[in-house]
Amino acid sequence: MAVYSDKVMEHFTNPRNVGEIEDADGVGEVGNPVCGDMMTFYVKVKDNKLDDVKFKTFGCGAAIAVSSMVTEMALGKTLEEVREITPEAVAMELEGLPKNKMHCSNLGAQALNKAVDDYLSKQKVQSNSKSKSGKRKTKTRD
Amino acid sequence: MRVYLDNAMSAPILKEVRETMLPCLQEVSGNPSAFHDWGDAARETIEQAREQVAMLIGADTEEIILTGSGTEANNSAVKGLALARWSKGKHIVVSAIEHFSVLQSARSLEKMGFELSLVPVDSHGIVDPDEVRRAVRKDTVLVSIMHANTEVGTIEPMAEIARITREHGIPLHTDAVATAGTIPVDVKALGVDALSLSANQFYGPHGVGALWVRKGVRIMPLLDGGTQEGGRRAGTENVAGIAGMGKAAQLAREAMQDRMAHLLPIRDRLLTGLPAAIGHVEVSGHPVQRLPGNASFLVEFIEGESMLMMLNMKGVAVSSGSSCMSRALKASHVLLAMGVPHEKAQGSLLLTAGIDNRLQEADYVVEVLPPIVDRLRQMSPLYAKFEKAK
Repeated sequence: MAVYSDKVMEHFTNPRNVGEIEDADGVGEVGNPVCGDMMTFYVKVKDNKLDDVKFKTFGCGAAIAVSSMVTEMALGKTLEEVREITPEAVAMELEGLPKNKMHCSNLGAQALNKAVDDYLSKQKVQSNSKSKSGKRKTKTRD
Repeated sequence: MRVYLDNAMSAPILKEVRETMLPCLQEVSGNPSAFHDWGDAARETIEQAREQVAMLIGADTEEIILTGSGTEANNSAVKGLALARWSKGKHIVVSAIEHFSVLQSARSLEKMGFELSLVPVDSHGIVDPDEVRRAVRKDTVLVSIMHANTEVGTIEPMAEIARITREHGIPLHTDAVATAGTIPVDVKALGVDALSLSANQFYGPHGVGALWVRKGVRIMPLLDGGTQEGGRRAGTENVAGIAGMGKAAQLAREAMQDRMAHLLPIRDRLLTGLPAAIGHVEVSGHPVQRLPGNASFLVEFIEGESMLMMLNMKGVAVSSGSSCMSRALKASHVLLAMGVPHEKAQGSLLLTAGIDNRLQEADYVVEVLPPIVDRLRQMSPLYAKFEKAK
């Protein structure tokens, strides 16, 4: 499979952290079946750090390798550090991705960030409902 | 085990074909248009090949235009036949599941001011002749419907479609790249006016094809230049390639029944074996009106490229019509035209058997694919959702 780097092939063949987290603190879903790639990321947060990250991915070899790489890059990072995981950084760690896969398949960072957003919004809801004066805010996100 | 089941994409070149081609490459080869012995020898080689190709499809020798590929034959047919009738009307009709060389040629004509009607297909990929009847108009100058679709294997009711176009006096072209040399193809029995074929589909070399145009049907040349091919296709001929196509055509005609008898059990082993071994797998295309080597499937909840990559690791070569497999990142237009939803089309898997395949190879695929599908489904959020909904 010469279109993919050795690193992509290695992550595709032995993907890390596949699965779901039953009691996840945050969940992020991206993609759609029209372009052919869908990813769901689950995060568990402890002391402001990603304690556990898992994924499920429907997609091509690149999509699976990207997901696996993102979990590896994210584990143990603080919530602030996680924001530095960009699609470009993931592609670089994977020793490059084919040009036409850069957009569609490289959604892992986005899914991870969405999961962290989900965690943060839940935190906000919790702290808001705890405070006496605070009105109950339920933020809807897309 | 190494199992090559991607014969529709590229088939092996037969030894006899190679041996026919080699002298054309090794010895001094004259230009077939030249006026000396060397030129005569090259011309004779070409004319013999033309006759072999004509015999394969029951055509007259002088009706064969040798081309540089099936794609070129389709481009020549669609553009050349429509443009030759430019003054009579500007409406053309093609099916929604044509090969890109027909579809994009039709789109090019649209840009030049032609109107295009796409004939739909049913869920098996069959073109309903009545749909063709509804689509044609007074100003229709060309109908082009493929004889069979490579991707799902469906064979179209050409003779019935031809009856309609004949009634209306409209030329009918068929892309027979998937059928010529594979199943019996006779231009008179099909009733068409033009037909494209490609040499590699019947174990000839790549980069050679032919377009048959019925005598008396006008066609505008795609390539202008010299007077080769009666002025219908300019350019010095690829003598070795053409010789190879001729030999391959002769062998295909002689061995056709044997080859079909060889392919059918392999195809059927796959068509019955895989859905039996794996849940949520269905055969795409028509169950009976089907190419002898074509086994195509829709595997739910997973994507084609990742299946293909894992099969490759097991030494198995196949194809898929998923978005990821196309440079344009679009799911197969054939499957979408058949009404297959996007996420199902992503799980397209295409296995095409050839004369070198053995029945044990089909068994091997039936053995190695289920754990691959299982593994990918364990990773798939779609499968997780399906399981939870149960």
